[in-house]
Amino acid sequence: MARAVTTQRKTINTIFAWAVGLLIFFPILWTILTSFKTEATAIADPPVFLFFDWTLENYAVVQERSNYMRFLWNSVIIAGGSTILGVIIAVPAAWSMAFVPSKRTKDILLWMLSTKMLPAVGVLYPIYLLFIKLGILDTRVGLVVVMMLINLPIIVWMLYTYFKEIPGEILEAARMDGASLREEIIHVLTPMAVPGIASTILLNFILAWNEAFWTLNLTAAKAAPLTAFIASYSSPEGLFYAKLSAASVMAIAPILVMGWFSQKQLVRGLTFGAVK
Amino acid sequence: MGRITLDKVSKSFGEVEVIPPLDLTIDDGEFVVFVGPSGCGKSTLLRLIAGLEDVSGGEIRIDKQPATHLPPAKRGLAMVFQSYALYPHMSVKKNIAFPMKMAGIPEAEQERKIADAAAALNLTDYLDRRPGQLSGGQRQRVAIGRAIVREPAAFLFDEPLSNLDAALRVGMRMEISELHKKLATTMIYVTHDQVEAMTMADKIVVLRAGVIEQVGSPLELYREPRNLFVAGFIGSPKMNLVTGAGDLMQGAATIGVRPEHTAASKTEGRWKGVVGVSEHLGSDTFLHVHETGLAETVTVRVGGEFDANHGDTVYLTPEEDKIHRFDGEGLRIA
Repeated sequence: MARAVTTQRKTINTIFAWAVGLLIFFPILWTILTSFKTEATAIADPPVFLFFDWTLENYAVVQERSNYMRFLWNSVIIAGGSTILGVIIAVPAAWSMAFVPSKRTKDILLWMLSTKMLPAVGVLYPIYLLFIKLGILDTRVGLVVVMMLINLPIIVWMLYTYFKEIPGEILEAARMDGASLREEIIHVLTPMAVPGIASTILLNFILAWNEAFWTLNLTAAKAAPLTAFIASYSSPEGLFYAKLSAASVMAIAPILVMGWFSQKQLVRGLTFGAVK
Repeated sequence: MGRITLDKVSKSFGEVEVIPPLDLTIDDGEFVVFVGPSGCGKSTLLRLIAGLEDVSGGEIRIDKQPATHLPPAKRGLAMVFQSYALYPHMSVKKNIAFPMKMAGIPEAEQERKIADAAAALNLTDYLDRRPGQLSGGQRQRVAIGRAIVREPAAFLFDEPLSNLDAALRVGMRMEISELHKKLATTMIYVTHDQVEAMTMADKIVVLRAGVIEQVGSPLELYREPRNLFVAGFIGSPKMNLVTGAGDLMQGAATIGVRPEHTAASKTEGRWKGVVGVSEHLGSDTFLHVHETGLAETVTVRVGGEFDANHGDTVYLTPEEDKIHRFDGEGLRIA
């Protein structure tokens, strides 16, 4: 017998879901609201929620004080570049692990993932020194490489999971049909894995966009992305909540919009393979 | 041309030897069926020929050319998989064109060959569809089309009909047989279904645990099985293998009597027994008879009009000149 879902139960579920959703979304909502307040309203006690004098002043000040477009462009290059580079490296790696596994494949995958468990600060010093030696401190190239390395385990792991779902016989058929390894990957494997590759790219773009530790530590002015842009508004002479909020909204807006439009793809990607 | 020679070919996965050294020659234009129970190594053997698995020892020659270490694409063989293995993101047309595209065949010639293959396989109306929009039988035809256009030295079929329903399987069986008659190209066909083997093959290779038990035409295997395994495997229903049949034994350890070579009567005969299960197919009825004084249940084929049901008494008489005799090792006594 199918489980009976009464209207009442449905209503309760809906309310509960909305409550959880709002709870998670609230900090972002609060940031957006604060960005439209004056500095005085922003720290008002008790806090004002909706009924205040809305102002765009903070955005004007932020625009005036810093070159938003330069930070944005750096973010795009670092997040985009590291993701594309990562995928190019990860596709063959994931191919070999998914279709010609050895006894150690599982161990290698786990070992790769385990590097993500290492606190980043543990390797900051050596990487910082390397960057100085190589002369790539505060360059986009340097950050693209570091970001790519940071996210590579996740990219490989995700692609591996998608590739596992593709029947090996299809690739064998391609081999019988005369495809070389390169042709097999380009004409058969990649097109079949497009949904998986797309959500991998999406997720890693977001991760790289939001990454603050390395971008803050390895950049100063030239290659600084939006994370550094936000950080520059938490100044030692006191927090300007309204301006900080305005800067944050400007930093997260592009990725938020992108995430909104691709959420279906993203959810599908993250749950792919979970259900047979 | 498609003459394939296996010379002491063996295959091990790690420590486990799945195919001990094995010799086999497949002549040009032959329809050869590898048959055996699951896990007998028949698919592995096919994959060794295809080049999808590396041999552990021995040599494979295709048209006298050494092919042991050639990659699959260079062997000039085409394969049809059990799962069809079509490219789901390509239309039927592109699926069929794929091997020609890889071989760099000019577009115009590709078009012509696709049209020919589609006409031969009744796929003309479906060329623009994706595999996902086709039925199982149509998908298998696309897979065959993709194999045909390559004009291979030999076709390899890996249980191609197992995923189809029974009615479709009979139809496709005929289509593949007709295709073989028309193309006269070597075909190697793997199946666990001995009916497919009997109906399609020029030559059957019976395998057990990686070892060839017997090679021969379907009727040779049926009439003169070399050992007990082949005797029990070929023929449906299975041959009755009987151990304690008195003077019929004539020194054999086991004798084999096919259900169709045993007469049944309600009044008289050599063995008196009681019907257990009777399977009525309409044209024929198979009676499984117990309490005959033999240790084994005896299966017998009678006409559809023979009226016998559970619990009835019947008398069975084997045709003496069609009894197969085997020694203690299970080998046929000439």
